[in-house]
Amino acid sequence: MPEITYRQAINDALAEEIERDENVFVMGEEVAQYNGAYKVTEGLYDRFGEDRIKDTPISEAGFIGMGIGASMLGLRPVMELMFWSFSYVAFDQIVNNAAMVRYMSGGLTHVPIVIRGPANGGTNVGATHSHTPENFMAHTPGLKVVCPATPYDAKGLLKTAIRDNDPVYVMENTLLYGNKGEVPTEEYTIPLGHAQVLREGRDVSLIGHGRSILTALEAAGHLAGEGIEAEVVDLRSLRPLDIDTVLASVARTHRVVLVDENKPFCGVSAQVSHMIQEEAFDELDAPIRRVTSLDAPAIYSDPLEREQLPNPRRIQEAVQQVLEDAPRAAG
Amino acid sequence: MASAVFRAPSLAEAPESVRRLPPFTDLPLFHVRPDCREDWKAARLRKNALGERKANDGRAPIGVEGGIVLRFATGMAEPPIDAPDTEAVAEASRAPINADLSPEAKRDLLATMIRIRRFEERSLRAYQQGHIGGFLHLYIGQESVATGTVSVLGEHDHFITAYRDHGHALAGGMSMDECMAELYGKATGCSRGKGGSMHFFAPERHYWGGHGIVAGQTPLGLGLAFALKYKQIPGCCLCFLGEGAVNQGVFHESLNLASLWSIPVVYIIENNGYSMGTSEARSSRFSDHLASRAEAYDMKWETVVANHIYTVREATERHARHAREHSQPVLLEYKTYRYRGHSVADANSEKYRTKEEIEHYQETMDPITVYRKTLQEEGILDNEQVQAMEKAAKDEAAAAAKFAEKSEFPPVSSITEDVYWESDQPERTSGGRLFF
Amino acid sequence: MAEIIEMPKLSDTMTSGTLVKWLKKEGDTVTNGDKLAEVETDKATMELENFEDGVLLRHYVGEGEEVEIGRPVCAIGEEGEEAPDAAGGGEGGPSEAAAGEETAGKEAASPTEEAAPESPLIPAEPAAETTASTGRRKISPLARKLAEEHGIDPARLTGSGTNGRIVKADVEKAVAEGVPAASAEPAPASAPTAPARESVREIGPPPAPAPTPVPQLESREEPVSNMRATIARRLLESKTTIPHYYLEIEVDMGPLLDLRQSINAGLADLPPEQGGARFTVNHFFLKACAEAIRRAPAINSTWAGDKVIRHGEVHLAFAVAVDEGLVTPVIREADRKGLRQIAMEANELTGKARQKKLTPAEMSDSTFTLTNLGMFGITSFFGIINPPNAAILSIGATVEKPVVVDGALAVGRRTTLGLSADHRVVDGAVGASFLQALQTVLESPSVLLV
Repeated sequence: MPEITYRQAINDALAEEIERDENVFVMGEEVAQYNGAYKVTEGLYDRFGEDRIKDTPISEAGFIGMGIGASMLGLRPVMELMFWSFSYVAFDQIVNNAAMVRYMSGGLTHVPIVIRGPANGGTNVGATHSHTPENFMAHTPGLKVVCPATPYDAKGLLKTAIRDNDPVYVMENTLLYGNKGEVPTEEYTIPLGHAQVLREGRDVSLIGHGRSILTALEAAGHLAGEGIEAEVVDLRSLRPLDIDTVLASVARTHRVVLVDENKPFCGVSAQVSHMIQEEAFDELDAPIRRVTSLDAPAIYSDPLEREQLPNPRRIQEAVQQVLEDAPRAAG
Repeated sequence: MASAVFRAPSLAEAPESVRRLPPFTDLPLFHVRPDCREDWKAARLRKNALGERKANDGRAPIGVEGGIVLRFATGMAEPPIDAPDTEAVAEASRAPINADLSPEAKRDLLATMIRIRRFEERSLRAYQQGHIGGFLHLYIGQESVATGTVSVLGEHDHFITAYRDHGHALAGGMSMDECMAELYGKATGCSRGKGGSMHFFAPERHYWGGHGIVAGQTPLGLGLAFALKYKQIPGCCLCFLGEGAVNQGVFHESLNLASLWSIPVVYIIENNGYSMGTSEARSSRFSDHLASRAEAYDMKWETVVANHIYTVREATERHARHAREHSQPVLLEYKTYRYRGHSVADANSEKYRTKEEIEHYQETMDPITVYRKTLQEEGILDNEQVQAMEKAAKDEAAAAAKFAEKSEFPPVSSITEDVYWESDQPERTSGGRLFF
Repeated sequence: MAEIIEMPKLSDTMTSGTLVKWLKKEGDTVTNGDKLAEVETDKATMELENFEDGVLLRHYVGEGEEVEIGRPVCAIGEEGEEAPDAAGGGEGGPSEAAAGEETAGKEAASPTEEAAPESPLIPAEPAAETTASTGRRKISPLARKLAEEHGIDPARLTGSGTNGRIVKADVEKAVAEGVPAASAEPAPASAPTAPARESVREIGPPPAPAPTPVPQLESREEPVSNMRATIARRLLESKTTIPHYYLEIEVDMGPLLDLRQSINAGLADLPPEQGGARFTVNHFFLKACAEAIRRAPAINSTWAGDKVIRHGEVHLAFAVAVDEGLVTPVIREADRKGLRQIAMEANELTGKARQKKLTPAEMSDSTFTLTNLGMFGITSFFGIINPPNAAILSIGATVEKPVVVDGALAVGRRTTLGLSADHRVVDGAVGASFLQALQTVLESPSVLLV
C-alpha cells in the first residue's frame, strides 16, 4: 500500500468526491488560486475550475451561511475554514442554521454540508488561532463531528462526510498534514461512529481523538519499556460516538486515562468520562484520569505550549497515577 | 422595625480580602507592569486624552467644545412614511403585470391580504387565551408586501424570510390550518410543533422558512440563489429582512458575496420603521435611503412606498426578472408599517411612537383599505363581494383555530425526531450513538 | 350565535386582569378594532380589543372586578340575541386554584410536655446513624463487584490503592490466598473459597475474638407509605418554593412554669367533672400563640400567588409524631378559646392522631403551625413551613442557664423559639413583631387566663 500524507489523503478525497457527484464543490478562503493556505486543496482549481473550487472573501458567516442555503436545494458544499478558530465569527450559521433548520421545519429540510479545516494548537500562533471547538460542535444535536488522526482515516471519513445528508464537521490538524501513512489506492470509505483500537494492552486504556491519540500512542511505547501495557483507543468520530468500543476496552483494562487537546471543563473527555462511569462503573478499578490542555488560553511561547498540550510525559505520569490508584496484581 | 434577617453587610464587616479591593474610582485606567519603563508610563499618562475628559467630570456642559463634538448625535423618530405615492401607484396600475390581471385575480389579491389579517387577529386572540406561547410577531399593516411579492414569483423562484413570517406563509399558499396548528404547538402544524410562530416552512412551495435570528437568513437566501445558478436553473430567490437587520455583519457579507459572484438574489427590506422599539433614525445611518447602501457593493437598489400592492408587484416583478435574466442581485426597500408591537409582548408600543402616527397610517395608507378602494374605483368589486371575503376569511381563521385546538400535541417521542436526517431513516448508516 | 369574549392574556406574565372601565355599554354596536374596556394587568393598563362585529349583549363583570385569564367578560352577538350564561362560556382558563389539602404536616414531634418521658414519641435508638462516616470502606467499583462474586467480605481486606482503597488486585490476592467469606453463615461457598478459609486458620494469626453481639445496622429498602409520600411531597414543595427566612428569640420561661405549676397543683386533685385538669407547657404555648397572633395578625396569612389572604380566624395546627411520620391536627378558632378548652381539644386531637383516627377535617384549614422538639433536648431549630401557612413556630427545650438579672448573675429558665416565615407574605419586621408579642405574652402569662 502506498504511503501518502494526511494532506494528500484529504486532497484525494475531495477530488474523488468532486468527480463522483456534480453537486459537490469546495469553497473557502484561498482554496482555489492560492492552492490552499495549508496546500490541502493544491491542484484542485487547475483540475476542476472555478465552478467547483471557489475562493471566497474573508466572510466566514457569509459564505458558510450561503453554503447552508445552497445545501437546502441539494448542493453538497465542502467549506474550508482556514482554522476552525474562525468558526467563531460564523457561529450563528454553523450552529443555529446548519443544525436547527431541519428540526424547526419538522424534518422538511436537511443540510448536507461539510465544514473542514484544522482545529489545533501547538504551532505557536497564539490563543485566538488555536481553538479546538469539537466539543462545542458535538454539543449540538443535529451536528456530526469527526477528528481523523491518520491519513487513512482522513480520506475515508471525509468521503463519508461528504456523502452524509447531515452537516458533518471535520476537524483536522495542521501538525498532521505532513504525516505519512498507508492509504489504499482503491476506493474506500469509513463509516462515522466507529472507534479504533490502535494498540492493545491490558493495564490501562488511553482514549482520545485527533493528534492527542498519536501522542498517547507514543506514550504507550515508552510505557511498554517500563513493563506497562497501555491500550490505545482512537475515537475518530465524536458524534456519533462509538462508546461500545470504549467500554469494551475499559472492561479489559479497568483503568482509564483520557487524552484530549480540549480544555478540561466540558471538554470531550468530560463526556466520555461520564459515560464510562455510568455504563462501566463496575469495571473501574481506579478513578478515571484525564490529560487535557492545561486550562488557560493557548500560550504563544513554544516550550510552554508544548507543556500546555497533552504530551507523552504528562500521559505517562497520569498512567503511573492510575496504577498507584489501583496497583496491578503482584507478579 | 427593621428586618432582623436580611441586611447588606457594611464594608466594615466585609472580609479582609474584600476590603482590600480598591474602590472603583481608584482603579488605574490601564495596567502598567512594574517592570515597564517608568518614563514611558509617565509620558503616556500625561498625554492621555482621558485626562482631559476627566476634567469635565461629567458635570461640565457637553456638546461642542474646542471644535470637538463630544455629544452623541441621536436622530429623532419620524414617521417612516406619511403619504402614499399616488404617482407610483398610477404608474404601477398601468404596468402589464397589474393591468393584465383578470378582475378575479385582482380580487384574489385582496382576499389574500384579508385572509392574512384575519388569521393574525385570530392568532392574537388565541395567544391572549393562552393557547399560544412564546413570541407572536404580527404582520398586520404589511400585508401588501408579502402578498404582492409572492404573487409575482415564477415556477423556479424561491423565497425565505425572518421571524415575522405568517404573511409570507399564507401568501405562498400554506393553509391556515397548518399555520395555526403550528402556533398551537400541535403535531398537525407545518413544522410538527417544533418551530412555532417564527419558523414556518414549506419547501415544496419554495418557502424556506421563517428564521428567528435577525439577518440569520440573509446568507441562506443567497445560498438558495447560488444553488439555482450552480444548477443553471433560471430562477431567483427573494430574501426578506426587516430594516433592523441591515446593521448585522452577515447581511453585508451576503451583499458583497451576492454582488461579487452575481447571484440572482432579490433582497427585500421590509422597512416598517421600527426595529423592535428603535426607530430607523435611531438605528441606521445612510446617505439617501437605507437601500442605497447597496451602492457600496455596486448593486442595484430601489426604494418603494409599499402600501399599494400594485407598486409592490410592479417593482418586484421588474427586479426579479432582471435578477433571473442577468443573474444579478438587487436590494429593494419596501416602505411599510406595522400596526402592532414588535411582538405581542411589546404591548406598550406607544413608548416609541404615538397613537396618532398609527392611526394616521391606518386611515390613509392601510394596504387593504387602499386596494379595496382601487378595485371599487375600477368597478370590479362591490360591497357584497367584500363582505363575502371578510366572512370567508374570518370563518377560515375560526375553523383553523378549532382545527388547531382539536389537534393532538406531538408525542414525546418526537422530541428526538427531525434532528438528523440519518436517524429519521429506517436504518442507520453510521455506528455509535447520535443521542446522549 | 353570540361570541363570548374572555379576559385576554395581555402580557407574558399576566394571570388575571382588573376590568378598570367599560368603554362599550351593553347594547352598543361594536366593530372589529373597537376598544371594549380598559384592563389593568400586572404591567400596565391596556385596552381590551374587539375583533367581532355586532352588539355588545352583556357585561359579565363589573368595573373594578379582577378576572382570571380566560374567564368571560362580555358577550357580543346580533341585535336582540339572548346573551348566554357566563358559566357556560370560558374556554377553560389556565389554573383553577388547587384546593389545599392538608393531610400531613411539618417537622417532627408534637407539642407534648417539655420533657415527657412517658411520651411514646421518643425514638428507641437515637444514636443509630452516628457512625456512618467511619463505616465506609473505600473500594473500587470493580473490586466490590469481584468481592461479591467471590463471597469475600471487603472488611477483611487491606487496600493497596490510593488512600487504602481496595482494588481488583487485593480481591484477586484474597481469592488466591484465601479470606473468610462475607456472610456469617458460610454460604454455599464457591470452590476456591472453602479450602482457602481453612488455610487462613492454619497460617494466619489467630482470629480476633468474636465481637460481642452489638446489634448490627442493616441496609434494607422500605416501601414509601402514603403518609411518607405526602410528607415528602409537601415539604419538598414548601422548602423549594417558599422563600423561608428565620428568626429566633429567647424567652424567660420562669413566670410561665411557675404559673403552670401552681395551676396544676390547684387542679390536680379534683375529678374532671369538677374541673380537674393538667396543663402541659404546650397548652400554654398554643394559647400564647393564639394571643400573640391576635396582637400581630399579619403573620396569620397565606400567599395565594396573585393575592395574599389575611385570615380572619386563627386555626392553630400542631405537629404530632406518629409511627409512620407526623400529622398536624388543627385547633380551630383558637383565638376565641380559653386555655382549658384548648388543652382539652389538644389532648383529644393528640390521642386521635396516635390512633390514626383524625379526620381530614380535623387536619384542614390551619393558618399557623407549632412544632416542639424540646422533649428531645433540642434547644433551638427551625421547622419547614406548613403550606398554606405563612409561618411555623419551632419550640426548643427549656434550659437552665446563667442570666443577668438587675446586674447580677442568676439562674434563668429559658426557651429559644424559632420562627420560619414566608418572605413573600411576612417581612422580617412582621415576623419580629409577632415573636416580640409572643415573648411578651409568655413572660407575663397571667394574661392567658383572662
